Amino acid sequence: MIRVLVAKPGLDGHDRGAKVIARALRDAGMEVVYTGLHQTPEQVVDAALSEDVDVLALSILSGAHPTLVPRIMELVRQNHMDDVLVLLGGIIPEDDVEDMVQAGVAKVFGPGTDTNDIVRFIRERVKDE
Amino acid sequence: MKDLDDLKQGIFQGQKRAIARGLTWIEQGRQEGKLLAQQLFAHAGRAHVIGITGSPGVGKSTLVNALTLHLRHEGYKVGILAVDPSSPFTGGAILGDRIRMQDSVMDSGVFMRSLASRGHLGGLSRATFGALTLLDAAGFDKILIETVGAGQSEVEIMQMAQTTMVILAPGMGDDIQAIKAGILEIGQIFVVNKADRDGADHTVRSIRSMLGLTSEHPDWMPPIIKTVAEDGRGMEEVSQALFRHHQYLTEHGLLDRFRWTQTEHVIEQAVSDLGERLVRQARLDSSWAKRVVAVGEGSVDPDRVAEEIWRHTIGED
Repeated sequence: MIRVLVAKPGLDGHDRGAKVIARALRDAGMEVVYTGLHQTPEQVVDAALSEDVDVLALSILSGAHPTLVPRIMELVRQNHMDDVLVLLGGIIPEDDVEDMVQAGVAKVFGPGTDTNDIVRFIRERVKDE
Repeated sequence: MKDLDDLKQGIFQGQKRAIARGLTWIEQGRQEGKLLAQQLFAHAGRAHVIGITGSPGVGKSTLVNALTLHLRHEGYKVGILAVDPSSPFTGGAILGDRIRMQDSVMDSGVFMRSLASRGHLGGLSRATFGALTLLDAAGFDKILIETVGAGQSEVEIMQMAQTTMVILAPGMGDDIQAIKAGILEIGQIFVVNKADRDGADHTVRSIRSMLGLTSEHPDWMPPIIKTVAEDGRGMEEVSQALFRHHQYLTEHGLLDRFRWTQTEHVIEQAVSDLGERLVRQARLDSSWAKRVVAVGEGSVDPDRVAEEIWRHTIGED
């Protein structure tokens, strides 16, 4: 069973996109932990650790990804969670994508991404036991 | 962390990562997970296991959050298992209990894990027993198990929790009628949450008059407690009631009996799982279609077919 944490770090006001993703992953047969809005990086990583997820899917709309994502990746490494696949969605300007990948994000999915592409990407990268 | 002994050591030390990985092993149900649960069982039995059940929307998760904060304040380490339903079609699930537990779960004395029911009926997940054994062995004093939103038949919690709390909310007058034969019978503590709303006293009276009709608890009269979990009101009373019920179980020698019936239940569950495996195998057998046709034509009855399948599997034919 593939387990995913869909997380909303930062101060975004809504989570419509995150919920669409959560539902799509559920419908693809995955177990999706959702923690709601306004999460600190510490809360996100603590939840990912406790839930022992295979995938950490971050959704950030606020533009705070240049600070949030490196901090989250730092905590991921501190907790020896290097086997967790980290994905990023929301509003990430094209120019920032390279930095996000450098920070440790496996792939950035922008607005308008077909959810099937995300499902396919996860299935390719995560061994379903 | 691959090694069983390392994992066990980590669990005994209360390491989050070890506990989390151990729970995954147990959920996956493979040999290594079974071995882990078996070895941890000898180290379990100290914790007070508390079930929290009730219809969807009565505030179970919010109550778990508030109660956890209170129990932490009293110095207890708290483990939480929250079960949500899996889709019967895709097997997927959305596990949302964490949303309402954000205040309490960051504490190092708290561990919270979401479990999907994975097709298991009864309001829990197949892995519940192993999971609570693990949290018990990891040194959590209180283990809170939140069931799926339950109605009449999700009563398995009574086999897993020493104390079962049934949560209700005002405005459910008719619902009390509807569920009186179900989860209301298994409550050792009743909580009327959202008690700042109209109708709370009416709900309390309904529960009380319903309890008057049952003689399930000769020595223990279930208390009915009003709470507003959102701001923590009533948690002191809930905590005291939990303490008193545990004391009651201890003084009457009921904890050992509980352990016995719980173990019986787990064995029964394992036998049922074998039965399900038998069904899956039978369906794959070449004789399956023939059997379906035969029952459909009325030339044999389903019980007879079941017996044939059984004999075939254990090699008696």
